[in-house]
Parts: sequence; C-alpha cells; structure tokens
Amino acid sequence: MQQLIYFFRKFKYFLFFLLLEFIALALTFNNLDFHKSKFVNSANTVTGGFYNKASSISEYWNLKSENSILADENTRLKNLLEKNILLNPKKDVIVIDTIVIDTSRYQQKYSYTTAKVIKNNYAKEFNFLTIDKGQKLGMEKEMAVINSRGIIGIIDNVSENYARVQSILNRNSKINARLKNSNYFGTLGWNGKNYNIVQLSDIPRQAPLKIGDTIETGGKSTIFPEGILIGTISEINKGNSADNKVNVTLFNDMSNLGFIYAIKSFNKEEINILEAQNE
Amino acid sequence: MVVLFLFLLFLQVFVLNNILFFGYINPYLYITFVFLYPLKSNRIPFLFSSFLLGLLIDFFSDSGGVHAFSILLIAYLRLFFVRIYFRKGETDYSFFSLNSESFGKIFNYVVTLTVIHHFIYFSLANFSLENLSNVFLNTLFSSIFTLTLYFLGTYIFSKNE
Repeated sequence: MQQLIYFFRKFKYFLFFLLLEFIALALTFNNLDFHKSKFVNSANTVTGGFYNKASSISEYWNLKSENSILADENTRLKNLLEKNILLNPKKDVIVIDTIVIDTSRYQQKYSYTTAKVIKNNYAKEFNFLTIDKGQKLGMEKEMAVINSRGIIGIIDNVSENYARVQSILNRNSKINARLKNSNYFGTLGWNGKNYNIVQLSDIPRQAPLKIGDTIETGGKSTIFPEGILIGTISEINKGNSADNKVNVTLFNDMSNLGFIYAIKSFNKEEINILEAQNE
Repeated sequence: MVVLFLFLLFLQVFVLNNILFFGYINPYLYITFVFLYPLKSNRIPFLFSSFLLGLLIDFFSDSGGVHAFSILLIAYLRLFFVRIYFRKGETDYSFFSLNSESFGKIFNYVVTLTVIHHFIYFSLANFSLENLSNVFLNTLFSSIFTLTLYFLGTYIFSKNE
C-alpha cells in the first residue's frame, strides 16, 4: 500500500498527463464516427452563439456575391419552369384556378428550409460546417444540405439552436451519385486534398465517361433527393484500377458558402423500415 | 494568465483559423500559452489549463480532441526541454523567465516545441497513413508561419515595455 501511494506520488504528473491524453484521443475517435459524435462539436449554444455573432458581422462583405448567386438560381429555375411547360403542353398553366390537382393522391416527398452557414471549414481532412438553425426549427440528424449550386453535406449533429453539417469535404462522407446522361451510379467521396475536387468511385466499367460530363445525386439514398447538381468530371483515371475512380470538379465553391437549404425527407423512415425488414 | 488564455483562444478561433494562406496554411499561435505560462513545481494546473485551451479550440473547430492532445503533449514535454536547453533545475523555476535568456536558446526551445506540436497535430488530424506528404508539408509551412508570428509578436511586445 505504501509503495502504491509512493508510486502515484512519484508519477502523478505522468499519470495525469496520460489520463488527459486518453480523453483527448477518445474524443478524437468519437468525433469521426457519424453515429456517435455528440460531445465535442461547434453546434452547442456557446460556440454556436459566438460563431453566429461573428458571422452576422462578416456577412455584409458577402452580400454582393450572395445576390448574384440568388439571381443565378432564379434564372435556372425560371428556365426549368419554361422547359417543363414545353414538355407538358396540356398542363400549360396560365390561369392557375382552372387546374384541378388531386392533392389527396399527391405525396410531398421533401421539404426545404433555409439556414445560414455560420462556420465553414474546408482546409482540413475532416471538415464540418455549422448552421444557425437547430432542433427548435426542425433540423434533424441526417438531413441533406445543399445550396443553389449543388450539394454541401449531411447534418450529423443538432443542438437546440444550431446544427453541425458533415461536409462532402470530409473523408468519411459517402454519397450516392450518378452520371446525368446515363444514370450509371457510383459513390462520391473525398481524398482530403483539393477542396474543389471530389472523387466518384465504383462506377460500373461499361459506363461511358467523358471529361465535362455532369454528375448529380442519384435517387438511391434516402437522404438526398434525386438530381441535385454536384459537378463535372475533370479527370478520368486511365488504366485498370479496381475502383474505377474519376475526379469531379464541384460546381460549388466550398470556401464561400452563405445561405443553404436543409432538406427533410418524409419517406426516409418508411424506406429504412422496409429495407430493414428485407434483410 | 486568464486574460492570456482567453485572448489566445479567441485570436486562434476567430482570426488565425480564417487565414488559410494559399488555401491551407494556418498558424497555430495558441501554443504560445505553453511558452508563457510560468514554471511552477506543481504542474497540475498548467497541464490542465493547456488541455482545456486545446479542448476549447477543438470545440470551435470541430476537430474532436486533436488540439487538446497535441498541446497537452508539448505542455508535458516542456520541462524536459527547459532542462536540456536552459539547464535549469527545480530551484530555478521561480526565477525563470524567457526574456532573460539568450535568443539562441529561446529559438531552439520554441522551435522544438512548435514542430513537435504541429507534427502531432497534423498527423492526428490526417488520421490515416494516406497523404503523409501533406502532413510533412503542412507541418513545415505552418511551423514557419507560427514561428514568424511568435517572434514578431514577442519583438513588438518587448519593445513596448
């Protein structure tokens, strides 16, 4: 007993050091696990509050670019609307009142909410964003986050007033994506190097790939709606690597994010339950 | 010390974390805390406050416990390097101050601790054996950046006194 006390006395700094290092390591491991990361993150009230203040000051500098992004989005949506009318001439809507929509059979799949990015990381290997809405305003874990130019990430942690988003620029991110022109799909991930370029892997071999082809989200995931833009193919890996990887240049400038849309999927639970039954 | 603690925390989180020179080079000046905290024979408060500073920075930058781990490591190793470079024993602790030492010794001391910290930080943040060249490059450039800022800072502040 005497010797034990002596031992603790002698090595108390070292033991204390080891204990704290162990805690730090545990937190590090925890943070990288999508299902467990709860403890250390910027979506808590204190850090979220500080970031919110800081971003409310700095957002004035981005108003101009934010405006032009909005205008671009409006143009794109207007064009889409125009095309839609051409495709369905019967439903050419001029007087809205005359159309009868049977709402009882229509089921809304997704709902969109806007939020503002108050903290953005893109230079590390595992990047996270913080947005200024949380549980109170309907944010949930595993909601998709996009903006008008393309995908951004998935919410991995919510607090009362803030939420943390696991960016696509995170080596743990895996998102289902497909080629726009041929519907062949693969998995989108990031190798941690360049924040403009992500990697699409596991594409079927027979898929025709060309530089400049558009990549969008596929409908295979329960999180992202189908057809959200991601980027264009910028480099095709020649030769016979096992995972048939291509580099994709993002449409989004991940270093400059302002307002985003968080997407809630109404069918997610139903699909998940169904899939769990089949296994 | 509390003022220094808060100052370094907010400086790191709101100013330095946003520098991103060439897209990825950041100075990590918060480790100055380890250099400036006075030597005492009871090291528990020092170790704990270093850990806390790292942990708070982790909270802000969503990095798990990476900062906490690396700053605690150099906080623990500090005494060892004080013994090597300045040849101080336990009786000298209360009189020890970085300002009274020669620049060469301070330089060696600060550079060693900074490089250790940065290397551990980037290795852990990378969290795999891929991109090892990135780890080394980041360590090199960020160390240079941090050290430049540190020595500029100490130069400016010592002139004022």
